Amino acid sequence: MTELLVNGGRHEVHGSVLTTLAEVLRGHLGLTGTKVACGEGHCGACTVLLDGAPALACITLLEAVGEREVTTIEGLRDHPLVDAFVRADAVQCGFCTPGQIVSAAALVRETPAPTREQVRHAMAGNLCRCGTYPKIEEAISTWQG
Amino acid sequence: MARLIRTEKEVEGRYTEQWIVVEEDPLDRWPEGPLEVVGRPAARVDGLQRARGEARYTADLALPGMLHAAVLRSPHAHARVRRLDFAPALEAPGVRAAVGPGDCDVLVEEAGYQGAPVAALAADTFSEAQAALARVGVEWEVLEPLLDPDEAVSRGELIEEASRYERGDVERGLAEADVVVEAEYRTATVLHNALETHQAVCEWEGDELTVYISTQWIWGVRKDVAKRLGLPPDKVRVVCEYMGGGFGAKIDPGDHTYLAAELARRTGRPVRCALTRREENLASGNRHATVQRLRAGAKADGTLTALEGEFTMAVGWDGFVSSTAGPMKMLYGCENVRTVELGAKLTTGPNDAFRAPGFVEGTFGLERLLDELAAKLELDPLELRRRNGADADPVDGRPFSAKNLAECYRRAEPHWARRGEVRARSEGPWRRGVGLASQVWYGGGGPPSYAWVRVGSDGRATVLTAMQDIGTGTRTAMAQIAAEELGLPLERLSVSLGDSSRGPYAAISAGSSTTPSMGPAVRAAAADAARQIVEIAAQRFEVEERVLSLRGGRVVSEDGKSWALEDVTGLLEDGQILGKGSRGPNPAGMRVLTFGVQVAEVAVDVETGEVRVERIAAIHDVGRVVNPLGASSQVEGGIIQGIGHTLSEQRLLDPGSGRALTVTLDAYKLPTIADVPEIVTELLDVPDGHLTSLGSKGLGEPPIIPTAAAIANAIRDATGADVRSLPITREEMLRALREARERAYAL
Repeated sequence: MTELLVNGGRHEVHGSVLTTLAEVLRGHLGLTGTKVACGEGHCGACTVLLDGAPALACITLLEAVGEREVTTIEGLRDHPLVDAFVRADAVQCGFCTPGQIVSAAALVRETPAPTREQVRHAMAGNLCRCGTYPKIEEAISTWQG
Repeated sequence: MARLIRTEKEVEGRYTEQWIVVEEDPLDRWPEGPLEVVGRPAARVDGLQRARGEARYTADLALPGMLHAAVLRSPHAHARVRRLDFAPALEAPGVRAAVGPGDCDVLVEEAGYQGAPVAALAADTFSEAQAALARVGVEWEVLEPLLDPDEAVSRGELIEEASRYERGDVERGLAEADVVVEAEYRTATVLHNALETHQAVCEWEGDELTVYISTQWIWGVRKDVAKRLGLPPDKVRVVCEYMGGGFGAKIDPGDHTYLAAELARRTGRPVRCALTRREENLASGNRHATVQRLRAGAKADGTLTALEGEFTMAVGWDGFVSSTAGPMKMLYGCENVRTVELGAKLTTGPNDAFRAPGFVEGTFGLERLLDELAAKLELDPLELRRRNGADADPVDGRPFSAKNLAECYRRAEPHWARRGEVRARSEGPWRRGVGLASQVWYGGGGPPSYAWVRVGSDGRATVLTAMQDIGTGTRTAMAQIAAEELGLPLERLSVSLGDSSRGPYAAISAGSSTTPSMGPAVRAAAADAARQIVEIAAQRFEVEERVLSLRGGRVVSEDGKSWALEDVTGLLEDGQILGKGSRGPNPAGMRVLTFGVQVAEVAVDVETGEVRVERIAAIHDVGRVVNPLGASSQVEGGIIQGIGHTLSEQRLLDPGSGRALTVTLDAYKLPTIADVPEIVTELLDVPDGHLTSLGSKGLGEPPIIPTAAAIANAIRDATGADVRSLPITREEMLRALREARERAYAL
């Protein structure tokens, strides 16, 4: 039994030593906004925040989360970035989008008005096969309205 | 009255004739340019659901009692199963059933590629299923792999008979030419890598099967599954509400669906079969590699006198031969053309459609060849293309329903004129240049397709049709079209799609056909509902129907009076107004195609061979644009995928064993946000006056077609080097630079 702090709520979850955070979020807690697209830490679709820092839930073991607070896309649904992504059309199939928004939220918390180079650096780990990248840049540069 | 007519249907260049029933009189064409809703940028109607992580994809579905399948796949490029023993696996924790060759016809004894499915089992959890796979006893007889397409052709190992095409007299054309160029071009095998992998959940209720699947074609899955399982089609329900990308590889049900259905039948429980990323990169389809041996002859003024191509495609163990000769046959008005297409049968994963299959590869070869020809003729590459435009379909002389390529070229001029300034920005080892390439493709869509529109007493409307939105934004485009016809603001429209039991037959999302196939059906259904609303209003308010129209959510009379729509529909209380519409035929005897041109700017480090794409201007003609915002996203997405297969993407095989080396997303290099250049999109937005009441064609594929050739031609402009192989790795770039230097010394 492990206690997990997710989006402001406490949860008792079961898992083996090999259980990943993504499995717990999606399977046990029903938080399916966190997508798994590669399952080995290469694509960024499963990005969540651990105490505000981006982490890949598919290669983060439940046991390694510890006391850190997990924030998933469900905890960021009212973040202005969500509207900015929709306004800018930074959503095509949408499978990578929650992970993109979580990464972007970590970026703008540290740097509210990032330069283009800062956006490209911070977002380079989130793959999008549909190619929404130009619109993601636009969304992140206009998120404050 | 229903009229029965025979019409031509096209998907990705494959034409068939079919009967259709046309019920409605054709609607008036909308005027050109932005209307109230259509032609104006709209954020996606399902954008929030997707962005907030609320949209439920097939990957997110968890049915009560659902089991998880894992598939035993061949680790060898070519091997035969000598012995298969499930007993130890069936004793493993959580395992409920196992199937092998003979139990389900997608499982094979002779594996023709690494990743071919041999057996499958279902367990309570996916990790239990995977763990049990390791306990299946399997003995392989390893067979000889065959990996080289030229070798396969020389051995006569072809997927199908060679496809030959000839018009005019190529020998005469070459004899009449002042200049002849010939070259060999190669393109690599590339992988779709939609972020949602291929997957399905199958559930039986009595003799009815529900298939939840990540698919580009709900109705195709329904038909194929019913046929293969011997069920009446109405016993198969197919659901795909949200879909995480396809790019051509998710048209057929796929092995995973049949495995899930069989395991679900045996266990009496729903079964999920989802490919892992590694399986996805082995066994879910690819864009086949090509070898293109091309020749062109031209007069000194640039008039093409001959085009000739031998195209060898590395199709794999099965799959179809993509039409790589298509651009050579269709793009230019050359009188003498001869092509042969050979599909090599290899012990590699099967080819599947991938965003403009064949034309991406064939345009790279043809448009590179044209630039090599322009160099030899000392002619401006844009001018060379202009001089060889085709006024009618060069293959059969049919008139085009619309062709505005000349206007695309005109709009390309300011981008092309940046050459001098771009080259002048070369400094140190970084050489800069500009290149262009043209595009031809299909994209007219066709019948049959149907839609219903439901208007409630609250004056809100719902479009119902069992189509799918694979991420292209068709849900939004359909809402816009219905809103326009009903005179409603977009926010009063809903679209219900993604379920074969919840709406009528709808077209495939492939071949750039969803909007041109579905849009006119949706418009017709909305027009049917609008007509009924006008009839009701005329009776209620005692005015003539002909003076009434629907605008801004109101029924408006010519004399200036108006009534809110809900004051009319509200009379019905729980009653609803139901409209139905269908897609009419394509224009008889005409060729419906899309055209465009892209202008690329690159920087090449001539010391290291590094290539950077700095800017791409894309000018395409796809008829009326329904949603300019979504359309620009389609163009950007196509170009970015194009940059991927131009510069970084390729499936690599170990040449000895034939095993793939690029099955993960760290080894297989997709473009990231840091690889994206400035992209300028210009769509002509002129309705095709012969094509449906909408005049729209599809845009999914055109933007990826000319990107590679435009980049490679820009590299030539920057450095004088002719790259002839995709992807343009540093090795290929340095080889081309060396060759150019040697050519210069020899002069």
